[in-house]
Amino acid sequence: MYKTILALAAVILFSISLWGQQANAPNANDQAALEQRIRDLEDRVIALEGKLRTLESTRAPSSPQPRPATEAPASAPQTAAQVPANPPIIPAQPSPNETQAGLASPAEAGQLPVYGGASAASKALNPDVSVIGDFIGAAGGNSPPPLATLQPFPAFQMHESEIGLQAIIDPYARGDFFLSFGEGGVNLEEGYITFTALPAGFVAKVGKMRSAFGKVNMMHNHVLPWVDRPLVTTNLVGGEDGIDDAGVSVERILPAPKGIFLEATGQVFRGDSDDVFQQVQRSDVSTVEHLRAYRDITESTNLDLGVSYARGHNDGTITLPGDFITQLYGIDATLRWKPLRRSIYHSFVARSEFIWSQRQQLPSEQRTFGFYTSADYQFGRRWFAGGRFDWSDRSHFANLTDKGAAATLTYWPSEFSQVRGEYRFTHYAENRDSNELFMQLIFSLGAHGAHPF
Amino acid sequence: MSGIGDRFLAVFIGTVLLISILATQAAAKKLNVVTATTDMAALAQEVGGDRITVESIAKGYQDPHFVEAKPSFLLKLQKADLLIIVGLQLEIGWLPPLITQSGNPRIQVSAPGYLDASQFAEILEIPTGVVTRAMGDVHPLGNPHYWLDPDNGRRVARGIAQKLGELDPADNAYFQERFQDFDKRLTAAEQKWDAEMAPYHGRKLVTYHNSFTNFAKHFHLNVIGYVEPRPGIPPTPSHTIELIGLMKRENCKLVLVEPYFDLKTPNSIGAATGAKVVVYLPSVGGEKQVTNYFDLFDYDIALLTKAFESAQ
Ligand SMILES: [Zn+2]
Repeated sequence: MYKTILALAAVILFSISLWGQQANAPNANDQAALEQRIRDLEDRVIALEGKLRTLESTRAPSSPQPRPATEAPASAPQTAAQVPANPPIIPAQPSPNETQAGLASPAEAGQLPVYGGASAASKALNPDVSVIGDFIGAAGGNSPPPLATLQPFPAFQMHESEIGLQAIIDPYARGDFFLSFGEGGVNLEEGYITFTALPAGFVAKVGKMRSAFGKVNMMHNHVLPWVDRPLVTTNLVGGEDGIDDAGVSVERILPAPKGIFLEATGQVFRGDSDDVFQQVQRSDVSTVEHLRAYRDITESTNLDLGVSYARGHNDGTITLPGDFITQLYGIDATLRWKPLRRSIYHSFVARSEFIWSQRQQLPSEQRTFGFYTSADYQFGRRWFAGGRFDWSDRSHFANLTDKGAAATLTYWPSEFSQVRGEYRFTHYAENRDSNELFMQLIFSLGAHGAHPF
Repeated sequence: MSGIGDRFLAVFIGTVLLISILATQAAAKKLNVVTATTDMAALAQEVGGDRITVESIAKGYQDPHFVEAKPSFLLKLQKADLLIIVGLQLEIGWLPPLITQSGNPRIQVSAPGYLDASQFAEILEIPTGVVTRAMGDVHPLGNPHYWLDPDNGRRVARGIAQKLGELDPADNAYFQERFQDFDKRLTAAEQKWDAEMAPYHGRKLVTYHNSFTNFAKHFHLNVIGYVEPRPGIPPTPSHTIELIGLMKRENCKLVLVEPYFDLKTPNSIGAATGAKVVVYLPSVGGEKQVTNYFDLFDYDIALLTKAFESAQ
């Protein structure tokens, strides 16, 4: 079809140039008119080229079925098929989900920009594919006490290979899948559809997703500013997988005083999330609510606050008669700084999350608390340094408290890889200490997602 | 479901619904336009006049490839009737999640309120063949800095005027009239700019990022190299040495730097080659006094003519 357009353009061009030649003996006026005509023609060719680019980018390479008209809108050029394809940055697609919670800015997590990506035209209607490898090496002694929940890292581990498949489905929805291949098996980390064109400003997600409980729970491994996860996450919120479950999520921006961004998220899940929530009956669903307030303090500094609540049935329900509920309450606070004129060189992020757990179990309910506080500074275009302090009870044992601290140094050798060293000290409640050193290599292939924030 | 948590959820959902309904009230009569960059905002303002409100997400002195997707931008996008993007993946690192989260069906990709301005412009350096990361980071679909050619400014303005007319047919004539007026003023300004730049046709220069191609084409300048080895890749020592050699051989005496890059490498190149290092403005709003599309060219052309003159 666009060949026809091109041919047409050529014919017009040719005939006009002939016509222009006939008008010989040009006086100044004719000359000006001719120049104007050439300019107009040039404009038309450029307009045609633009239409062509638009067509190419929305055209399926060899799609057997005709696509509904809605999928090939004239005003949706390159980006149309591309949006999720994002060839830029960061170790990996932050899922939009992640992004929504406002996770790490690239700097804050010390994540990588990764660009590149295939040519837009050639993969127009294919989902954007990305693969992120996460290799971890560990040294030093860690013999966690039997009751500790902290996951030990082996000497070498291909910790995770995450495959992201993302595409805009139609003008009303987009789809995002993240499959995580560990050494032992495959896990659907996330897979959901997002309805972006609902009335009254609602955005809904249906599928399996990381829930909006706080900040760290929404983050994929490769966008964390650390190799590991904070103690409070491992002890109270299910560790690496966290609250990650199948269900429905609805969010909406709420009216607020000028300059304040206020957003509410409500989620209902099946009720199975690692060792946090367990469902036996269909009615054992879990719920998560999150309220987020954000404000720009200056153009380079901003404050991001959140409160979260989660409720579900715990594994006591499986083995014991009765109905055992776990409730989690969370507060998160993030302060970010990034000077706009030097945004690629310097940034700073400080973050804390405070989490309270109320776990019904026999013989008595356990009320526990934990938090982490961290800071990450980008001191060069490719360099980040950070620190974290950990303090957390264990959800099943209110009288056992673990403490820890970690320091990280992150380097991006290229836009597509990241090397991170982390020293971690842990003091277990049983009065055991461990000193560990981690090295992590993250590398990404293929299309890439936008920066999470 | 039973218990306190469920009641909590019900109250929560109820409150959100109620507030939403209260908030969905009469929209303002003016079209609310949000643009990714200040240049698109400046062009939209030219043709939209007082029938639109327009706001840019990125600032003029900010690297448009690397904008943070701040939630405060969602407040703008949420109410937008029209979103104008530069396109060619310039905003791909930050805009897509904002669009998804905006909860605004009008500006979703391919909805009527989504306008990719690159479709109107002459695009240079469109890669042919397979695009790989080895070619750099940020220009996989061609050079997205096309607004620095005034002819592209005119083309984009025409496209925006047409889109505004589609969204607000009652004011279509007004937008077309505004465009005609802009066209006239731009043509006059171009004659002035062309005359100012005429003595410097063919002059050689180096830019930090590959953002100057369209400008150079229009004003017949010769960009012989870049401080970045590839678009989006920071300078490397070996590339810098190569570039210094090239500049010496070619007798190139000017390095232009976008306002968002560190001056250390450009200054060392300047010291090694005797070239002048000048911070130019790729976008409207890069300096306070540069408030519209005409100011942008006035400012940069003044910089360039001064630099070329002093290099003689
Ligand atoms: Zn660029």
